[in-house]
Amino acid sequence: MKYPLTIAAIALAALMPPAEAAALRESGDPLDSARWSEMQKAFLAGAPVLFDPRVKVIAPSTAENPMQVPVTVDASALPGGAEVVVFADFNPIVQVLRFFPEGAPAFLGFRVKLQQSTPVRAAVRTADGVWHVGGTWVNTVGGGCTAPSAAGGSKEWQQRLNEVSGRQWSEGPNAGRLRMRIVHPMDTGLVAGTPAFFLEEINFADAAGKRLMRVQTYEPVSENPVFTLQRTSADGPVEATGRDNNGNAFTARIDQ
Amino acid sequence: MKRLLAVLLLLVAGQLQAADFDYRLAAVPVAKDVYTFIGKTEDFTTGNGGNIVNTAFIVAPQGVIVIDSGPSLRYGEQMRRAIAAVTAKPIALVINTHHHPDHFLGNQAFADVPIAALAETRDGIAADGNAFAENLYRMSGDWMKGTEVQLPGQTLSAGIVDVAGRRLRLVALDGHTGADLVVVDATSGVVFAGDLAFNGRAPTTPHADVAHWLKALDRLEGLTREAGFTVLLPGHGAPSADAGPIRQTRAWLTWLSAAMRDAAKAGLDMNEVLARPLPAEFASLPVAASEYRRSVGHLFPAAELQALGAKP
Repeated sequence: MKYPLTIAAIALAALMPPAEAAALRESGDPLDSARWSEMQKAFLAGAPVLFDPRVKVIAPSTAENPMQVPVTVDASALPGGAEVVVFADFNPIVQVLRFFPEGAPAFLGFRVKLQQSTPVRAAVRTADGVWHVGGTWVNTVGGGCTAPSAAGGSKEWQQRLNEVSGRQWSEGPNAGRLRMRIVHPMDTGLVAGTPAFFLEEINFADAAGKRLMRVQTYEPVSENPVFTLQRTSADGPVEATGRDNNGNAFTARIDQ
Repeated sequence: MKRLLAVLLLLVAGQLQAADFDYRLAAVPVAKDVYTFIGKTEDFTTGNGGNIVNTAFIVAPQGVIVIDSGPSLRYGEQMRRAIAAVTAKPIALVINTHHHPDHFLGNQAFADVPIAALAETRDGIAADGNAFAENLYRMSGDWMKGTEVQLPGQTLSAGIVDVAGRRLRLVALDGHTGADLVVVDATSGVVFAGDLAFNGRAPTTPHADVAHWLKALDRLEGLTREAGFTVLLPGHGAPSADAGPIRQTRAWLTWLSAAMRDAAKAGLDMNEVLARPLPAEFASLPVAASEYRRSVGHLFPAAELQALGAKP
Protein backbone atom coordinates (compact mmCIF):
# COMPACT_ATOMS: atom_id res chain seq x y z
CA MET A 1 0.00 0.00 0.00
CA LYS A 2 1.43 3.35 -1.05
CA TYR A 3 0.65 6.51 0.82
CA PRO A 4 -0.23 9.85 -0.67
CA LEU A 5 2.40 11.30 1.67
CA THR A 6 5.46 9.83 3.26
CA ILE A 7 5.45 9.44 7.03
CA ALA A 8 8.11 12.13 7.33
CA ALA A 9 5.96 14.52 5.35
CA ILE A 10 2.93 13.76 7.53
CA ALA A 11 4.95 14.40 10.68
CA LEU A 12 6.30 17.64 9.28
CA ALA A 13 2.93 18.86 8.06
CA ALA A 14 1.33 18.08 11.42
CA LEU A 15 4.14 19.82 13.33
CA MET A 16 4.42 16.74 15.52
CA PRO A 17 6.88 16.64 18.40
CA PRO A 18 9.89 14.46 17.45
CA ALA A 19 8.95 11.72 19.95
CA GLU A 20 5.48 11.40 18.43
CA ALA A 21 6.75 11.60 14.88
CA ALA A 22 9.18 8.80 15.66
CA ALA A 23 6.27 6.66 16.85
CA LEU A 24 4.41 6.91 13.53
CA ARG A 25 4.61 3.65 11.61
CA GLU A 26 2.88 2.03 8.66
CA SER A 27 3.28 -1.60 9.61
CA GLY A 28 4.22 -3.83 12.52
CA ASP A 29 1.47 -3.75 15.14
CA PRO A 30 2.92 -1.88 18.16
CA LEU A 31 0.67 -4.02 20.40
CA ASP A 32 2.01 -7.21 18.81
CA SER A 33 -1.38 -8.92 18.67
CA ALA A 34 -1.82 -12.22 16.83
CA ARG A 35 -5.15 -10.98 15.49
CA TRP A 36 -4.04 -7.64 14.09
CA SER A 37 -4.09 -8.70 10.44
CA GLU A 38 -7.63 -10.06 10.85
CA MET A 39 -8.69 -6.83 12.54
CA GLN A 40 -7.17 -4.81 9.74
CA LYS A 41 -9.06 -6.85 7.14
CA ALA A 42 -12.36 -6.67 9.04
CA PHE A 43 -12.41 -2.97 9.87
CA LEU A 44 -9.96 -1.13 7.66
CA ALA A 45 -10.19 -3.23 4.50
CA GLY A 46 -7.86 -2.10 1.79
CA ALA A 47 -7.26 1.37 3.15
CA PRO A 48 -3.85 2.67 4.22
CA VAL A 49 -3.04 2.39 7.92
CA LEU A 50 -0.83 4.53 10.08
CA PHE A 51 -0.12 3.71 13.74
CA ASP A 52 -0.41 7.19 15.15
CA PRO A 53 0.33 8.40 18.71
CA ARG A 54 -2.20 11.19 18.23
CA VAL A 55 -4.92 8.55 18.57
CA LYS A 56 -4.94 7.98 22.32
CA VAL A 57 -6.80 5.04 23.81
CA ILE A 58 -6.75 5.31 27.59
CA ALA A 59 -7.74 2.31 29.70
CA PRO A 60 -6.38 0.70 32.86
CA SER A 61 -3.62 -1.85 32.13
CA THR A 62 -5.39 -4.16 34.57
CA ALA A 63 -9.16 -3.98 34.74
CA GLU A 64 -10.68 -4.53 38.16
CA ASN A 65 -14.15 -5.24 36.81
CA PRO A 66 -14.35 -6.89 33.35
CA MET A 67 -18.02 -5.81 33.08
CA GLN A 68 -17.11 -2.12 33.35
CA VAL A 69 -13.70 -1.36 31.84
CA PRO A 70 -13.32 2.40 31.33
CA VAL A 71 -12.05 3.40 27.89
CA THR A 72 -11.37 6.95 26.75
CA VAL A 73 -10.62 7.63 23.09
CA ASP A 74 -9.00 10.99 22.50
CA ALA A 75 -8.07 11.75 18.90
CA SER A 76 -8.63 15.48 19.27
CA ALA A 77 -4.94 16.15 18.45
CA LEU A 78 -5.41 14.60 15.01
CA PRO A 79 -7.10 17.08 12.69
CA GLY A 80 -9.93 16.02 10.40
CA GLY A 81 -11.04 12.73 11.99
CA ALA A 82 -14.36 11.84 10.33
CA GLU A 83 -15.06 8.37 11.70
CA VAL A 84 -13.69 6.45 14.68
CA VAL A 85 -14.09 2.70 15.06
CA VAL A 86 -13.29 1.07 18.40
CA PHE A 87 -12.60 -2.67 18.64
CA ALA A 88 -11.04 -5.23 21.00
CA ASP A 89 -9.05 -7.94 19.18
CA PHE A 90 -9.82 -10.84 21.51
CA ASN A 91 -13.38 -10.07 22.50
CA PRO A 92 -16.04 -12.58 21.33
CA ILE A 93 -17.83 -9.56 19.85
CA VAL A 94 -14.95 -7.53 18.54
CA GLN A 95 -16.63 -4.26 17.53
CA VAL A 96 -17.35 -2.01 20.51
CA LEU A 97 -18.62 1.18 18.94
CA ARG A 98 -18.18 3.61 16.09
CA PHE A 99 -18.48 7.37 16.37
CA PHE A 100 -18.60 10.25 13.95
CA PRO A 101 -17.38 13.52 15.47
CA GLU A 102 -19.14 16.33 13.66
CA GLY A 103 -19.50 19.50 15.75
CA ALA A 104 -17.54 17.99 18.67
CA PRO A 105 -13.89 16.98 18.94
CA ALA A 106 -12.98 13.31 18.45
CA PHE A 107 -13.17 12.54 22.15
CA LEU A 108 -15.40 9.90 23.73
CA GLY A 109 -15.33 8.16 27.11
CA PHE A 110 -17.35 4.98 27.74
CA ARG A 111 -17.08 1.57 29.43
CA VAL A 112 -16.86 -1.89 27.87
CA LYS A 113 -17.28 -5.54 28.78
CA LEU A 114 -14.16 -7.60 28.11
CA GLN A 115 -14.07 -11.38 28.02
CA GLN A 116 -10.30 -11.76 28.32
CA SER A 117 -7.08 -9.75 28.12
CA THR A 118 -7.04 -7.90 24.79
CA PRO A 119 -5.83 -4.87 22.90
CA VAL A 120 -8.46 -2.13 22.79
CA ARG A 121 -8.01 0.02 19.70
CA ALA A 122 -9.39 3.07 18.00
CA ALA A 123 -8.95 3.66 14.27
CA VAL A 124 -9.66 7.17 13.02
CA ARG A 125 -10.38 7.75 9.34
CA THR A 126 -9.27 11.12 8.01
CA ALA A 127 -10.54 12.75 4.79
CA ASP A 128 -7.57 11.36 2.81
CA GLY A 129 -8.82 7.84 3.52
CA VAL A 130 -5.99 6.92 5.91
CA TRP A 131 -6.88 5.03 9.11
CA HIS A 132 -4.87 6.37 12.06
CA VAL A 133 -4.67 3.64 14.68
CA GLY A 134 -3.99 3.84 18.41
CA GLY A 135 -4.54 1.34 21.18
CA THR A 136 -3.57 -0.20 24.47
CA TRP A 137 -3.55 -3.64 26.12
CA VAL A 138 -6.01 -4.31 28.92
CA ASN A 139 -5.39 -7.29 31.18
CA THR A 140 -8.45 -8.74 32.83
CA VAL A 141 -9.57 -11.93 34.52
CA GLY A 142 -12.41 -11.82 32.03
CA GLY A 143 -15.90 -13.18 31.76
CA GLY A 144 -17.37 -9.75 31.01
CA CYS A 145 -19.32 -10.76 27.91
CA THR A 146 -20.79 -14.04 29.12
CA ALA A 147 -21.79 -12.87 32.60
CA PRO A 148 -25.45 -11.89 32.91
CA SER A 149 -26.26 -8.19 33.18
CA ALA A 150 -27.34 -6.97 36.62
CA ALA A 151 -30.68 -6.11 34.99
CA GLY A 152 -31.20 -9.81 34.37
CA GLY A 153 -31.66 -10.23 38.12
CA SER A 154 -34.62 -7.89 38.45
CA LYS A 155 -37.50 -6.47 36.46
CA GLU A 156 -36.83 -2.90 37.53
CA TRP A 157 -34.99 -1.98 34.33
CA GLN A 158 -38.13 -2.60 32.31
CA GLN A 159 -39.77 0.43 33.93
CA ARG A 160 -36.62 2.48 33.58
CA LEU A 161 -35.40 1.39 30.14
CA ASN A 162 -33.73 4.26 28.27
CA GLU A 163 -34.01 6.55 31.28
CA VAL A 164 -31.38 9.25 30.71
CA SER A 165 -29.54 11.34 33.27
CA GLY A 166 -26.75 13.74 32.48
CA ARG A 167 -25.06 17.05 32.93
CA GLN A 168 -22.91 19.57 31.16
CA TRP A 169 -20.06 21.52 32.74
CA SER A 170 -19.71 25.14 31.64
CA GLU A 171 -16.99 26.24 34.05
CA GLY A 172 -13.76 25.00 35.55
CA PRO A 173 -11.11 22.73 34.07
CA ASN A 174 -13.75 20.55 32.40
CA ALA A 175 -15.75 23.33 30.74
CA GLY A 176 -17.47 21.99 27.64
CA ARG A 177 -17.80 18.52 29.07
CA LEU A 178 -20.98 16.49 28.78
CA ARG A 179 -21.62 13.27 30.66
CA MET A 180 -24.68 11.08 30.15
CA ARG A 181 -25.95 7.79 31.52
CA ILE A 182 -28.69 5.64 29.98
CA VAL A 183 -30.45 2.77 31.73
CA HIS A 184 -30.09 -0.23 29.41
CA PRO A 185 -29.11 -3.87 30.05
CA MET A 186 -26.89 -4.01 26.92
CA ASP A 187 -27.29 -7.81 26.78
CA THR A 188 -24.70 -9.40 24.50
CA GLY A 189 -26.76 -12.43 23.49
CA LEU A 190 -23.92 -14.65 24.74
CA VAL A 191 -25.72 -15.51 27.99
CA ALA A 192 -27.93 -18.58 27.51
CA GLY A 193 -31.60 -17.65 27.26
CA THR A 194 -30.99 -13.89 27.02
CA PRO A 195 -31.15 -12.50 23.48
CA ALA A 196 -28.92 -9.64 22.35
CA PHE A 197 -30.59 -6.41 23.44
CA PHE A 198 -28.51 -3.28 23.12
CA LEU A 199 -28.48 0.40 22.19
CA GLU A 200 -27.58 0.84 18.52
CA GLU A 201 -27.44 4.54 17.91
CA ILE A 202 -27.16 7.77 19.87
CA ASN A 203 -27.09 11.26 18.37
CA PHE A 204 -26.04 14.41 20.16
CA ALA A 205 -27.17 17.79 18.78
CA ASP A 206 -26.82 21.35 20.05
CA ALA A 207 -29.64 23.84 20.70
CA ALA A 208 -29.54 24.97 17.06
CA GLY A 209 -30.04 21.39 15.90
CA LYS A 210 -26.48 21.03 14.66
CA ARG A 211 -25.18 17.52 15.21
CA LEU A 212 -22.23 17.25 17.61
CA MET A 213 -21.68 13.52 17.32
CA ARG A 214 -23.28 10.32 16.11
CA VAL A 215 -22.43 7.15 18.03
CA GLN A 216 -23.18 3.60 16.88
CA THR A 217 -22.98 1.27 19.85
CA TYR A 218 -22.65 -2.52 19.91
CA GLU A 219 -23.08 -5.33 22.43
CA PRO A 220 -19.74 -4.95 24.28
CA VAL A 221 -20.62 -1.46 25.59
CA SER A 222 -21.27 -1.87 29.33
CA GLU A 223 -24.67 -2.09 30.98
CA ASN A 224 -26.20 1.31 31.79
CA PRO A 225 -23.72 3.08 29.51
CA VAL A 226 -22.05 6.29 30.63
CA PHE A 227 -20.63 8.54 27.90
CA THR A 228 -18.25 11.47 28.25
CA LEU A 229 -18.05 14.02 25.42
CA GLN A 230 -16.09 17.22 25.18
CA ARG A 231 -17.60 20.22 23.35
CA THR A 232 -15.42 23.05 22.14
CA SER A 233 -17.62 25.32 24.24
CA ALA A 234 -20.60 24.65 26.47
CA ASP A 235 -23.19 26.52 24.49
CA GLY A 236 -26.74 25.75 25.57
CA PRO A 237 -28.49 22.45 26.13
CA VAL A 238 -27.76 19.28 24.16
CA GLU A 239 -30.43 16.97 22.83
CA ALA A 240 -29.60 13.27 22.91
CA THR A 241 -31.71 10.89 20.86
CA GLY A 242 -31.26 7.22 20.29
CA ARG A 243 -32.73 3.76 19.96
CA ASP A 244 -31.93 0.14 20.70
CA ASN A 245 -32.08 -2.95 18.45
CA ASN A 246 -35.70 -3.56 19.50
CA GLY A 247 -36.75 -0.11 18.33
CA ASN A 248 -37.13 1.46 21.77
CA ALA A 249 -36.32 5.14 21.24
CA PHE A 250 -35.43 7.94 23.64
CA THR A 251 -35.01 11.69 23.52
CA ALA A 252 -33.47 13.62 26.39
CA ARG A 253 -32.30 17.14 27.01
CA ILE A 254 -29.02 17.59 28.84
CA ASP A 255 -28.73 20.92 30.57
CA GLN A 256 -25.79 22.76 31.98
CA MET B 1 33.08 -18.49 38.46
CA LYS B 2 32.63 -19.22 42.16
CA ARG B 3 30.52 -16.12 42.50
CA LEU B 4 28.38 -17.20 39.56
CA LEU B 5 27.87 -20.61 41.16
CA ALA B 6 26.92 -18.99 44.44
CA VAL B 7 24.37 -16.83 42.63
CA LEU B 8 22.98 -19.87 40.85
CA LEU B 9 22.73 -21.77 44.12
CA LEU B 10 20.93 -18.87 45.73
CA LEU B 11 18.51 -18.77 42.82
CA VAL B 12 17.83 -22.49 43.15
CA ALA B 13 17.41 -22.15 46.91
CA GLY B 14 14.97 -19.29 46.37
CA GLN B 15 12.97 -21.47 43.97
CA LEU B 16 12.94 -24.31 46.49
CA GLN B 17 11.70 -22.06 49.21
CA ALA B 18 8.80 -20.89 47.06
CA ALA B 19 8.11 -24.43 45.91
CA ASP B 20 7.82 -26.02 49.36
CA PHE B 21 4.55 -24.15 49.96
CA ASP B 22 5.44 -23.47 53.56
CA TYR B 23 3.86 -20.27 54.88
CA ARG B 24 6.32 -20.41 57.81
CA LEU B 25 3.56 -19.47 60.22
CA ALA B 26 4.84 -18.34 63.59
CA ALA B 27 2.38 -17.80 66.43
CA VAL B 28 2.96 -14.33 67.88
CA PRO B 29 1.62 -13.88 71.43
CA VAL B 30 -0.45 -10.69 71.80
CA ALA B 31 -1.79 -11.34 75.30
CA LYS B 32 -1.93 -14.25 77.75
CA ASP B 33 -3.35 -17.27 75.86
CA VAL B 34 -3.95 -15.16 72.73
CA TYR B 35 -1.84 -15.57 69.59
CA THR B 36 -1.83 -14.27 66.04
CA PHE B 37 -0.24 -15.19 62.72
CA ILE B 38 0.69 -11.93 60.99
CA GLY B 39 0.43 -11.81 57.20
CA LYS B 40 2.34 -9.57 54.84
CA THR B 41 0.97 -6.14 53.90
CA GLU B 42 0.95 -7.07 50.20
CA ASP B 43 -1.41 -8.09 47.42
CA PHE B 44 -2.05 -11.77 46.69
CA THR B 45 0.91 -13.18 44.74
CA THR B 46 2.41 -16.54 43.84
CA GLY B 47 5.28 -15.51 46.15
CA ASN B 48 3.24 -15.01 49.33
CA GLY B 49 0.59 -17.63 48.51
CA GLY B 50 -2.10 -15.36 49.88
CA ASN B 51 -0.53 -14.99 53.32
CA ILE B 52 -1.52 -11.35 53.51
CA VAL B 53 -4.00 -11.75 56.34
CA ASN B 54 -3.93 -11.97 60.13
CA THR B 55 -5.49 -15.01 61.74
CA ALA B 56 -5.59 -15.69 65.47
CA PHE B 57 -6.41 -18.15 68.22
CA ILE B 58 -7.35 -18.09 71.88
CA VAL B 59 -6.34 -20.95 74.17
CA ALA B 60 -9.52 -21.25 76.27
CA PRO B 61 -9.90 -23.52 79.33
CA GLN B 62 -11.55 -26.36 77.37
CA GLY B 63 -10.18 -25.84 73.89
CA VAL B 64 -8.92 -23.49 71.21
CA ILE B 65 -10.98 -20.76 69.54
CA VAL B 66 -9.70 -19.96 66.02
CA ILE B 67 -10.50 -16.58 64.48
CA ASP B 68 -10.29 -16.73 60.67
CA SER B 69 -8.67 -19.62 58.82
CA GLY B 70 -6.53 -18.00 56.10
CA PRO B 71 -6.45 -18.07 52.30
CA SER B 72 -6.02 -21.78 51.44
CA LEU B 73 -6.25 -25.38 52.56
CA ARG B 74 -2.46 -25.46 53.00
CA TYR B 75 -2.63 -22.38 55.22
CA GLY B 76 -5.37 -23.95 57.35
CA GLU B 77 -3.38 -27.17 57.73
CA GLN B 78 -0.17 -25.35 58.61
CA MET B 79 -2.05 -23.08 60.99
CA ARG B 80 -3.50 -26.09 62.76
CA ARG B 81 -0.03 -27.61 63.15
CA ALA B 82 1.33 -24.31 64.45
CA ILE B 83 -1.49 -24.16 67.01
CA ALA B 84 -0.74 -27.75 68.09
CA ALA B 85 2.85 -26.69 68.73
CA VAL B 86 1.55 -24.13 71.26
CA THR B 87 -1.18 -26.17 72.97
CA ALA B 88 -2.34 -29.78 73.08
CA LYS B 89 -5.95 -28.64 73.59
CA PRO B 90 -8.42 -29.54 70.84
CA ILE B 91 -9.93 -26.94 68.51
CA ALA B 92 -13.31 -25.98 69.95
CA LEU B 93 -14.58 -23.50 67.37
CA VAL B 94 -13.50 -21.67 64.20
CA ILE B 95 -15.01 -18.23 63.61
CA ASN B 96 -15.02 -16.52 60.19
CA THR B 97 -15.19 -12.74 60.71
CA HIS B 98 -16.52 -12.00 57.20
CA HIS B 99 -16.95 -13.53 53.75
CA HIS B 100 -13.65 -12.58 52.11
CA PRO B 101 -11.58 -15.53 50.87
CA ASP B 102 -8.38 -14.86 52.83
CA HIS B 103 -10.44 -15.24 56.00
CA PHE B 104 -12.29 -18.50 55.30
CA LEU B 105 -10.57 -20.64 52.64
CA GLY B 106 -8.54 -22.46 55.34
CA ASN B 107 -11.84 -23.82 56.77
CA GLN B 108 -11.31 -27.21 55.08
CA ALA B 109 -8.49 -27.96 57.50
CA PHE B 110 -11.03 -27.59 60.31
CA ALA B 111 -13.85 -29.58 58.69
CA ASP B 112 -14.02 -31.89 61.75
CA VAL B 113 -14.80 -29.07 64.20
CA PRO B 114 -17.62 -26.51 64.40
CA ILE B 115 -17.17 -23.47 62.11
CA ALA B 116 -19.35 -20.44 62.74
CA ALA B 117 -20.11 -17.05 61.21
CA LEU B 118 -22.83 -14.40 61.09
CA ALA B 119 -25.82 -15.43 58.93
CA GLU B 120 -25.01 -12.95 56.17
CA THR B 121 -21.39 -14.10 56.12
CA ARG B 122 -22.54 -17.73 55.69
CA ASP B 123 -24.83 -16.63 52.83
CA GLY B 124 -21.98 -14.65 51.26
CA ILE B 125 -19.60 -17.60 51.40
CA ALA B 126 -22.27 -19.86 49.90
CA ALA B 127 -22.97 -17.39 47.07
CA ASP B 128 -19.48 -16.09 46.22
CA GLY B 129 -17.07 -18.58 47.80
CA ASN B 130 -16.30 -20.55 44.65
CA ALA B 131 -15.75 -17.44 42.53
CA PHE B 132 -13.43 -16.05 45.22
CA ALA B 133 -11.50 -19.32 45.34
CA GLU B 134 -11.10 -19.35 41.53
CA ASN B 135 -9.76 -15.83 41.66
CA LEU B 136 -7.22 -16.78 44.34
CA TYR B 137 -6.07 -19.74 42.22
CA ARG B 138 -5.30 -17.17 39.52
CA MET B 139 -3.44 -14.84 41.87
CA SER B 140 -1.71 -17.23 44.29
CA GLY B 141 -1.18 -20.24 42.02
CA ASP B 142 -0.30 -23.68 43.36
CA TRP B 143 -0.41 -22.60 46.99
CA MET B 144 -4.16 -23.04 46.56
CA LYS B 145 -3.94 -26.70 45.52
CA GLY B 146 -6.86 -28.72 46.85
CA THR B 147 -8.63 -25.68 48.31
CA GLU B 148 -12.42 -25.83 48.25
CA VAL B 149 -15.11 -23.88 50.01
CA GLN B 150 -16.08 -25.29 53.42
CA LEU B 151 -19.21 -23.52 54.62
CA PRO B 152 -19.53 -22.55 58.27
CA GLY B 153 -22.13 -24.92 59.76
CA GLN B 154 -23.15 -22.68 62.65
CA THR B 155 -24.69 -19.25 62.75
CA LEU B 156 -23.53 -16.61 65.19
CA SER B 157 -25.42 -13.57 66.38
CA ALA B 158 -24.40 -10.54 68.40
CA GLY B 159 -24.12 -10.92 72.15
CA ILE B 160 -22.18 -12.64 74.88
CA VAL B 161 -21.28 -16.28 74.28
CA ASP B 162 -19.36 -18.86 76.26
CA VAL B 163 -17.00 -20.90 74.12
CA ALA B 164 -14.85 -23.64 75.68
CA GLY B 165 -15.04 -21.89 79.04
CA ARG B 166 -14.12 -18.44 77.69
CA ARG B 167 -16.53 -15.51 77.61
CA LEU B 168 -16.58 -13.73 74.24
CA ARG B 169 -18.53 -10.66 73.21
CA LEU B 170 -19.64 -10.79 69.59
CA VAL B 171 -20.30 -7.40 68.00
CA ALA B 172 -22.07 -7.55 64.62
CA LEU B 173 -21.11 -4.59 62.42
CA ASP B 174 -20.98 -3.99 58.66
CA GLY B 175 -19.44 -1.69 56.07
CA HIS B 176 -16.31 -3.51 54.94
CA THR B 177 -18.73 -6.21 53.80
CA GLY B 178 -22.42 -6.77 54.47
CA ALA B 179 -21.54 -8.45 57.79
CA ASP B 180 -18.36 -7.84 59.77
CA LEU B 181 -17.97 -9.62 63.08
CA VAL B 182 -15.85 -8.11 65.83
CA VAL B 183 -14.85 -10.49 68.64
CA VAL B 184 -14.00 -9.03 72.03
CA ASP B 185 -12.17 -11.36 74.40
CA ALA B 186 -13.03 -9.93 77.82
CA THR B 187 -10.43 -12.06 79.62
CA SER B 188 -7.43 -10.73 77.68
CA GLY B 189 -8.86 -7.40 76.55
CA VAL B 190 -8.06 -8.20 72.91
CA VAL B 191 -10.41 -6.81 70.24
CA PHE B 192 -10.34 -8.89 67.01
CA ALA B 193 -11.40 -6.25 64.50
CA GLY B 194 -11.39 -8.31 61.29
CA ASP B 195 -11.11 -6.17 58.18
CA LEU B 196 -12.92 -3.21 59.66
CA ALA B 197 -9.40 -2.07 60.62
CA PHE B 198 -6.26 -2.08 58.48
CA ASN B 199 -2.86 -1.13 59.91
CA GLY B 200 -0.13 0.15 57.61
CA ARG B 201 -1.88 -1.14 54.51
CA ALA B 202 -4.49 0.46 52.27
CA PRO B 203 -8.00 -0.94 52.96
CA THR B 204 -9.81 -3.04 50.36
CA THR B 205 -13.31 -2.09 49.24
CA PRO B 206 -14.85 -4.69 46.86
CA HIS B 207 -18.00 -5.04 48.99
CA ALA B 208 -17.73 -1.83 50.99
CA ASP B 209 -20.46 0.55 52.03
CA VAL B 210 -18.27 3.42 53.13
CA ALA B 211 -20.94 5.26 55.17
CA HIS B 212 -21.69 2.07 57.11
CA TRP B 213 -17.99 1.32 57.51
CA LEU B 214 -17.33 4.76 59.04
CA LYS B 215 -20.16 4.17 61.53
CA ALA B 216 -18.70 0.76 62.36
CA LEU B 217 -15.30 2.37 62.98
CA ASP B 218 -16.88 4.68 65.56
CA ARG B 219 -18.36 1.65 67.36
CA LEU B 220 -15.00 -0.11 67.12
CA GLU B 221 -13.15 2.86 68.53
CA GLY B 222 -15.65 2.86 71.41
CA LEU B 223 -14.60 -0.73 72.19
CA THR B 224 -10.97 0.36 72.49
CA ARG B 225 -11.98 2.96 75.09
CA GLU B 226 -13.65 0.42 77.35
CA ALA B 227 -11.97 -0.59 80.60
CA GLY B 228 -9.79 -3.64 80.16
CA PHE B 229 -8.91 -3.04 76.49
CA THR B 230 -5.36 -4.14 75.73
CA VAL B 231 -4.80 -4.90 72.03
CA LEU B 232 -6.56 -4.24 68.73
CA LEU B 233 -5.86 -6.95 66.15
CA PRO B 234 -6.59 -5.62 62.64
CA GLY B 235 -7.38 -7.98 59.76
CA HIS B 236 -4.23 -6.80 58.00
CA GLY B 237 -1.11 -5.24 59.52
CA ALA B 238 0.46 -5.19 62.97
CA PRO B 239 -1.50 -5.45 66.24
CA SER B 240 -1.86 -2.17 68.07
CA ALA B 241 -2.22 -1.12 71.72
CA ASP B 242 -4.37 1.82 70.69
CA ALA B 243 -6.98 2.87 68.13
CA GLY B 244 -4.32 3.93 65.60
CA PRO B 245 -5.39 1.43 62.89
CA ILE B 246 -9.01 2.59 63.27
CA ARG B 247 -7.98 6.20 62.74
CA GLN B 248 -5.84 5.22 59.74
CA THR B 249 -8.70 3.30 58.16
CA ARG B 250 -11.10 6.15 58.83
CA ALA B 251 -8.72 8.70 57.29
CA TRP B 252 -8.34 6.60 54.12
CA LEU B 253 -12.07 5.99 53.71
CA THR B 254 -12.99 9.61 54.40
CA TRP B 255 -10.48 10.84 51.82
CA LEU B 256 -11.46 8.15 49.31
CA SER B 257 -15.19 8.82 49.39
CA ALA B 258 -14.66 12.60 49.22
CA ALA B 259 -12.26 12.11 46.30
CA MET B 260 -14.87 10.06 44.39
CA ARG B 261 -17.60 12.61 45.10
CA ASP B 262 -15.44 15.59 44.10
CA ALA B 263 -14.22 13.88 40.92
CA ALA B 264 -17.78 13.06 39.87
CA LYS B 265 -18.92 16.61 40.62
CA ALA B 266 -16.06 18.02 38.56
CA GLY B 267 -17.20 15.92 35.58
CA LEU B 268 -14.22 13.56 35.44
CA ASP B 269 -14.32 10.41 33.36
CA MET B 270 -13.34 7.19 35.17
CA ASN B 271 -9.92 7.04 33.49
CA GLU B 272 -9.20 10.57 34.68
CA VAL B 273 -10.14 9.54 38.21
CA LEU B 274 -7.79 6.54 37.95
CA ALA B 275 -4.95 8.81 36.83
CA ARG B 276 -5.22 11.17 39.81
CA PRO B 277 -2.18 11.17 42.09
CA LEU B 278 -2.55 9.99 45.69
CA PRO B 279 -2.21 12.65 48.38
CA ALA B 280 1.21 12.67 50.09
CA GLU B 281 -0.43 11.41 53.27
CA PHE B 282 -1.25 8.06 51.60
CA ALA B 283 1.24 7.74 48.75
CA SER B 284 3.75 5.67 50.73
CA LEU B 285 1.16 3.37 52.35
CA PRO B 286 1.74 -0.22 51.17
CA VAL B 287 -0.47 -1.20 48.17
CA ALA B 288 -2.11 2.26 48.24
CA ALA B 289 -1.82 2.75 44.47
CA SER B 290 -3.36 -0.62 43.56
CA GLU B 291 -6.12 -0.40 46.19
CA TYR B 292 -6.96 3.12 45.03
CA ARG B 293 -7.37 1.87 41.45
CA ARG B 294 -9.58 -0.99 42.61
CA SER B 295 -11.62 1.30 44.79
CA VAL B 296 -12.29 3.67 41.87
CA GLY B 297 -13.91 0.73 40.09
CA HIS B 298 -15.93 -0.16 43.18
CA LEU B 299 -16.97 3.29 44.39
CA PHE B 300 -16.85 5.82 41.54
CA PRO B 301 -19.98 4.58 39.69
CA ALA B 302 -22.19 5.41 42.69
CA ALA B 303 -20.64 8.87 43.05
CA GLU B 304 -21.15 9.37 39.32
CA LEU B 305 -24.84 8.42 39.53
CA GLN B 306 -25.34 11.07 42.16
CA ALA B 307 -23.47 13.75 40.20
CA LEU B 308 -25.48 12.98 37.04
CA GLY B 309 -28.73 13.22 38.99
CA ALA B 310 -29.70 9.61 38.31
CA LYS B 311 -31.82 7.51 40.60
CA PRO B 312 -29.63 4.84 42.22
